[in-house]
Amino acid sequence: MSFQTATFYVFSAILILAALRVVTTRNPVHAALWLVLCFFSAAAIWLLLHAEFLAIALVLVYVGAVMVLFLFVVMMLDVNFDTLRKDFKSYIPVATIVGILVLIEMALVVIGSGAGDAPAPAAGGSESNTRELGKLLYVDYVYPFEIAAVILLVAIIAAIALAQRRRRDSKYQDPGLQVKVRPAERVRLVDVPVENKE
Amino acid sequence: MDILAPVQSFLGPAWLVVWTLVKIIVIAVPLILAVAYLTFAERKIIGYMQVRIGPNRVGPLGLLQPFADVAKLLFKEIVVPSGANRYLFFIAPLLSLGPALAAWAVIPFTDTLVLSKIDAGLLYVLALSSVGVYGIILAGWASNSKYAFLGALRSAAQIVSYEIAMGFALVGVLMVANSLNLTTIVRGQEGGILHWYFLPLLPLFIVYFVAGLAETNRHPFDMAEGESEIVAGFHVEYSGVAFAVFFLAEYMNMILIAAMTATMFLGGWLAPFPFLNDLTIAGFAPLGDGFVWLAAKMAFVLLCFLWVRATFPRYRYDQIMRLGWKVFIPVTLVWIVLIGAMMQTRFAHLFH
Repeated sequence: MSFQTATFYVFSAILILAALRVVTTRNPVHAALWLVLCFFSAAAIWLLLHAEFLAIALVLVYVGAVMVLFLFVVMMLDVNFDTLRKDFKSYIPVATIVGILVLIEMALVVIGSGAGDAPAPAAGGSESNTRELGKLLYVDYVYPFEIAAVILLVAIIAAIALAQRRRRDSKYQDPGLQVKVRPAERVRLVDVPVENKE
Repeated sequence: MDILAPVQSFLGPAWLVVWTLVKIIVIAVPLILAVAYLTFAERKIIGYMQVRIGPNRVGPLGLLQPFADVAKLLFKEIVVPSGANRYLFFIAPLLSLGPALAAWAVIPFTDTLVLSKIDAGLLYVLALSSVGVYGIILAGWASNSKYAFLGALRSAAQIVSYEIAMGFALVGVLMVANSLNLTTIVRGQEGGILHWYFLPLLPLFIVYFVAGLAETNRHPFDMAEGESEIVAGFHVEYSGVAFAVFFLAEYMNMILIAAMTATMFLGGWLAPFPFLNDLTIAGFAPLGDGFVWLAAKMAFVLLCFLWVRATFPRYRYDQIMRLGWKVFIPVTLVWIVLIGAMMQTRFAHLFH
């Protein structure tokens, strides 16, 4: 077994263990942190495939931004997950069926396409991974990529427009007015003559 | 490396691991010493700016002060607050230190002296600096304290917002350099001070520096600590070595931001005037391209960090958010579009 294969198995084991802990742990904050570990292990496996851009992007986007906001919300919400999980065990039959179906489907795809035997798709010649991806996204598939981006943008703006409401009772400051303030408007120097005490 | 050949044959396949570890130690140990003396420099410089003398009791000129501080912190008791989450309480400082150290793997110290020449170096640094926020959030949450939690939330919101502006500033750099590899980025700035990227990217340079202040929770953006409001923020419950690790991570991040600023905008290891490479003494150019210049540039950026701290009052929280979202992000976006447009005109050579 080469060093690379050994590393792959180590990271896969960590990934599977962490994924299991995400669903089995009781504390939601712990679950989020196990998920972070999952992302890290997945990024490491991608690095083994020489997909360094994807691996770093995974860490940057999911670990660095998405999961931080996730943790943020989970920490603030204070949801009692014990009551939510009360009937956890009663879902086992359904969960087993769905799980097995997903497993069969994935196995069919892997076996059918022969992806298991195919060599790793990476290490694309002398050019760097990042450059190749950039060419694919911005030269070969520029229209689909841009259209997807615009759709996402529309979704973001729509979500903000739906969720935002003006509250009349909330206080806010107008930075423009704050910048315009001059000391003369705020401070009045008064000349008080000294009283003559006899 | 002829001297090391017998060792190499003795270790066999383990040689690569051992040699990499040696290289990591050679980077990390001076870094920790630099942190020690950065804290000393901070106290001295701010002292002189405020017409004080600063620490001058331990050792000649107070030069042993950092070691006295370390010894003090090492012998202090670590108090775990009641109701704290013990594991996360101790993992949090490590999570903030780890990324701060790991990012140094791709910083090129000279032309050839770099631990790992990966192609996506810029992204790697950005990714790791965004991971550092976990240490802060977890410290705040695991401490089971209101002040710590408030500090953690403030800090996390601030870091996540300023990361966007920082990322856009990096996009500008990669546009002019045509590469994500830090060594290539420095090479692109060859030819003297007028070819460094801080000129064509002046707004991005300023945004990067200020966002760097905000990312490392330094004055005037240290709302995460804000003594007057939330005592000491996310690390209020930490004492002894656990606190020292947070401290180490913060200062290491400062040095990292300084190194990144020097590498991306100030020409890295390159000398400001090319003729300095020709001034040789016995075939060696003491003022030519080399680590000296990178160190000098980093020292200058760090001096600016301290200078800003001694000069400006702390921002209000809503002002921080406004600056990040409504000023910096539009500025960087406009400048990126401008660079892209200029590259299509006859002024393209100004933007490389």
